[in-house]
Amino acid sequence: MAAVDQPRPIRAQAEGIVMQELTPSQTVGPFFGFALPFPEGPIVAPAGELHIVGTVYDGASQPVPDALIEIWQPDATGTFPTEPRPDGFRGWGRCGTDADGHFGFQTIKPGPAEPGSAPHIGVVVHARGILHHLVTRIYFPDENAANAVDPVLSRVSGERQATLIARPDGDVLRFDIHLQGDHETVFFDV
Amino acid sequence: MTAALPPYRRDGMQAHPPRDHAAYRSTALRHPKQPLLPLPHSMTELTQPMLGTGAIGELDHDLTQQHPGEPIGERIIVTGRVLDGNRRPVRDTLVEIWQANAAGRYIQKEDQHPAPLDPHFTGVGRCLTDNDGRYRFVTIKPGAYPWKNHLNAWRPAHIHFSLFGTAFVTRLITQMYFPGDPLFPYDPIMQSVREESDRQRMVARFDMETTEPEWALGYQWDIVLRGPETTPPDPDEDH
Repeated sequence: MAAVDQPRPIRAQAEGIVMQELTPSQTVGPFFGFALPFPEGPIVAPAGELHIVGTVYDGASQPVPDALIEIWQPDATGTFPTEPRPDGFRGWGRCGTDADGHFGFQTIKPGPAEPGSAPHIGVVVHARGILHHLVTRIYFPDENAANAVDPVLSRVSGERQATLIARPDGDVLRFDIHLQGDHETVFFDV
Repeated sequence: MTAALPPYRRDGMQAHPPRDHAAYRSTALRHPKQPLLPLPHSMTELTQPMLGTGAIGELDHDLTQQHPGEPIGERIIVTGRVLDGNRRPVRDTLVEIWQANAAGRYIQKEDQHPAPLDPHFTGVGRCLTDNDGRYRFVTIKPGAYPWKNHLNAWRPAHIHFSLFGTAFVTRLITQMYFPGDPLFPYDPIMQSVREESDRQRMVARFDMETTEPEWALGYQWDIVLRGPETTPPDPDEDH
């Protein structure tokens, strides 16, 4: 917790700027579908055989048809891409939900990005009604040993851990996102 | 092995609106009720997504030239710098914008506001910031429009902005407003930001220097994303 709660000396403070004057976040609104999604957005790895699908639900367990999901992950060796690669692996993806609240990505399973951390994918959720995007993570169901010692996952109570772990569903992995309610997904303060 | 990346600053984050803002009704069922779990910044948060959104086209920044004819409306130039919380320019970063047309209508089919569509206006633009962190768009001033949040609810004119910055944690989606709009006090989305001084940072400044004679009104709007806790010396910075 110390790393999170204790302010560190920052260069800007030395220069006399006491606080970041950030531009506030605002909702993506309902009408972004003509602007932000693009055809290759859900294709994180063109040759990838891992399909991660999910549905976004609101607090009344209704699907959210106007959400935008963005993900970011390293390759199978745990390396994040910094430039276009011959195989088209991008690491980043964007997918709007459809009328039934569904989204899906074609990718590969990431390797651990750091020693001691379990493989995971970073997730950002934008939607109408979300004034400041939400951040969560996708962990993998076949990584019990690594998940058990992951520094983030191990801090989540057992019952809620399940909201961060994708589950096998036929040929795909399913990662549903519950914005609120009994199965509310764990979201992070980044 | 590259040098460890510095974590990002956590001060100033209260400028962002609370996710539970009852006056904006759509937040009611769409905000988490459990406290957010503090997440120390690791590689996933500190690396910069490689977007692969494709090359920027020559006319992507000019929303008035994306069709054979010119759109109806007040032609404007919107420009400014993308800075980090340490006031450093954010270079080569993608800026995406989208907006309603001059009549207050989005091209998206779900928008049923009975105002005319404009066959010469899509309302989507993008560009990369330059070495000074500057972006520039040419567009038309969007109209205000009604929405169903409450009786007689109207959104002040705004342009949506999407930015990425230098890391996964610097992501920002926001809206730029126009100075002096009488709808500000009535808009629960803008008013979701708690402090007036923070709200003012979402309002562009009319600028005669940016205004081009016989052509277009100019607006300046700087955007500030989170900055890292420590920064390496900047070779381009004057000392």
